[in-house]
Amino acid sequence: MALLTTPRSAVRLASEGRPLREHLFKAALVVSVAIALGFLVVLIVYMVTKGWPRLDARLWENQPSIRRPEIAGAQSAIVGTLWLIGLTALIALPTGVLAAVYLEEYADRTRWYNRVIELNIQNLAAIPSIVYGILGLGIIARVLGLGFGVLTGAMTLSLLVLPIVIIASREAIRAVPTSIREGSFALGATQWQTVSRQVLPAAVPGIATGSILALSRAIGEAAPLIMLGAATFVPFNPEGLFDRFSALPIQIYFWITQSREEFHVLAAAAIVVLLAILLVMNSVAVWLRNRYQRRW
Amino acid sequence: MGMADVSEIAPAPQALGRSRRRHGESVVKAVLLTAALLSVATTVGIVAALLEPTVGFFTHVGIVEFFTSTDWGPLFKPPSFGVIPVVTGTLITTVIAIAVAVPLGLAAAVYLSEYASARIRRVIKPTLEVLAGIPTVALGFFALTLVTPVMRDWSPFEISLKNGLSAGLVVGVMIIPIVASLSEDAMAAVPNGLREGAYALGSSRMTVALRVVLPAAFSGVVAAIILAVSRAAGETMIVVIAAGSNPLFTVNPADEMLTMASFIAQAGSGDAPVGTVAYNTIFAVGSLLFVLTFLMNWFSARLVRRYREVYE
Repeated sequence: MALLTTPRSAVRLASEGRPLREHLFKAALVVSVAIALGFLVVLIVYMVTKGWPRLDARLWENQPSIRRPEIAGAQSAIVGTLWLIGLTALIALPTGVLAAVYLEEYADRTRWYNRVIELNIQNLAAIPSIVYGILGLGIIARVLGLGFGVLTGAMTLSLLVLPIVIIASREAIRAVPTSIREGSFALGATQWQTVSRQVLPAAVPGIATGSILALSRAIGEAAPLIMLGAATFVPFNPEGLFDRFSALPIQIYFWITQSREEFHVLAAAAIVVLLAILLVMNSVAVWLRNRYQRRW
Repeated sequence: MGMADVSEIAPAPQALGRSRRRHGESVVKAVLLTAALLSVATTVGIVAALLEPTVGFFTHVGIVEFFTSTDWGPLFKPPSFGVIPVVTGTLITTVIAIAVAVPLGLAAAVYLSEYASARIRRVIKPTLEVLAGIPTVALGFFALTLVTPVMRDWSPFEISLKNGLSAGLVVGVMIIPIVASLSEDAMAAVPNGLREGAYALGSSRMTVALRVVLPAAFSGVVAAIILAVSRAAGETMIVVIAAGSNPLFTVNPADEMLTMASFIAQAGSGDAPVGTVAYNTIFAVGSLLFVLTFLMNWFSARLVRRYREVYE
């Protein structure tokens, strides 16, 4: 954060003499921010007004139907999304946190292989999500032979959000001061005792914030799942790891591609549900960050 | 915790008090290393998934045809494999997106870093994060059912029902938060001494922002823009929904068009049988997209390392 230590009066003094240009510049900046925020407002208002007629219990009580939009729902998609997120959390969060612990607490940065791991994680964070879909299709579904069930979807999404979890957890772990580790070592604790009993508990708020943001990315993701054949019509809930599945973003995409206007209303209603879930997750993350953020 | 920070302690204090070997500690370290290696396995997996079908593709289709022909129709009969229309489609939507995101994102960054009070910043930054987190299917729906119809009503030009223009515009809005947040980080890292020096010399606020802070944060800003370019080039759902699937070679942004990512999604969700040339085409285009984004990242990382201004 750039805390301007310069006295405000000095800033004002320096701006005198050329007021018009200064004001225009500041106005342009404010307008730019307003455009971005205004887009968000317009998008939300548009989705709510368009989806309003179908924002009711039919959406989560009924299964999708191709012929009868008036009774169609998204139950299989909602349940599918819950499965995906639960499994993704189970796979990606432990792996990501452990990898972050390794890189921050154990890795010797002068070793080439540790530098390779670090560079690789930065690189993975920028690979398009559709490429992860290719990974899911080519390796997880076919080579590992896990097929096109909900587990394959969750594993693909896990690999997609893993870099986000690792990067956020590393920052949280790095923020724990060295003195705490030294105190623990001085009392005779081993390295793992220090990490598991001192460092990780102190880093939990930061890790939780990053994890929630990572999972909310996974919830909205459609592109990699499309590659796994999730776009096909699935009017039943998954009941096991290898069952075919749908997911909210996939169901929304399916409805968008239909030509009848009723399906577009349904798509908007489902988007509102998706946005509501994401907004709640985002708020929890921001709240966690503000509530538990400690300055050591 | 008002403890004074003890500076630079040796990283292996456990050596002092060790009396016996603790096997549990080595096991833990091995487990942690395995977790970290999973990320490397991911990259290896991606390359492996792409390599074999791509090699298979190029045994059937000449590299020269792939890169120089402007006919694209791998699923048509007879098929044609000139990737140029798909590449220009990607280029057009990306250029439009960048034209939206760079000015708006940089302006937001300058505002947040140089003008906004701490209170305003606390409101705007999380809101921009919300914008970054909107699912891309929702953005695509917005582009298709609101942006495009509005443009068709107001524009004097002919605009297709699905077109690269509205997809590009909405992708641009999507990547504003990336440009804004990474550039702001770079600007926040510019030491206050530089600003104060400029003020002492009589500079105005705008001069400080544009002539002192922006140049000092340049490498970070460029890295942010490159990351935004790679996100725009790889964006899938917005383009699939709003830009359509017509692979005709065009440079008119108001036309329907295909991008690399949207082709992969559309062909991948179809049922091209495994091992056929049509199936392998998905992976060949995937390889192209992967290599391009990889090069952009590599370039951006290099740029940051090479031109980073080091303060104290």
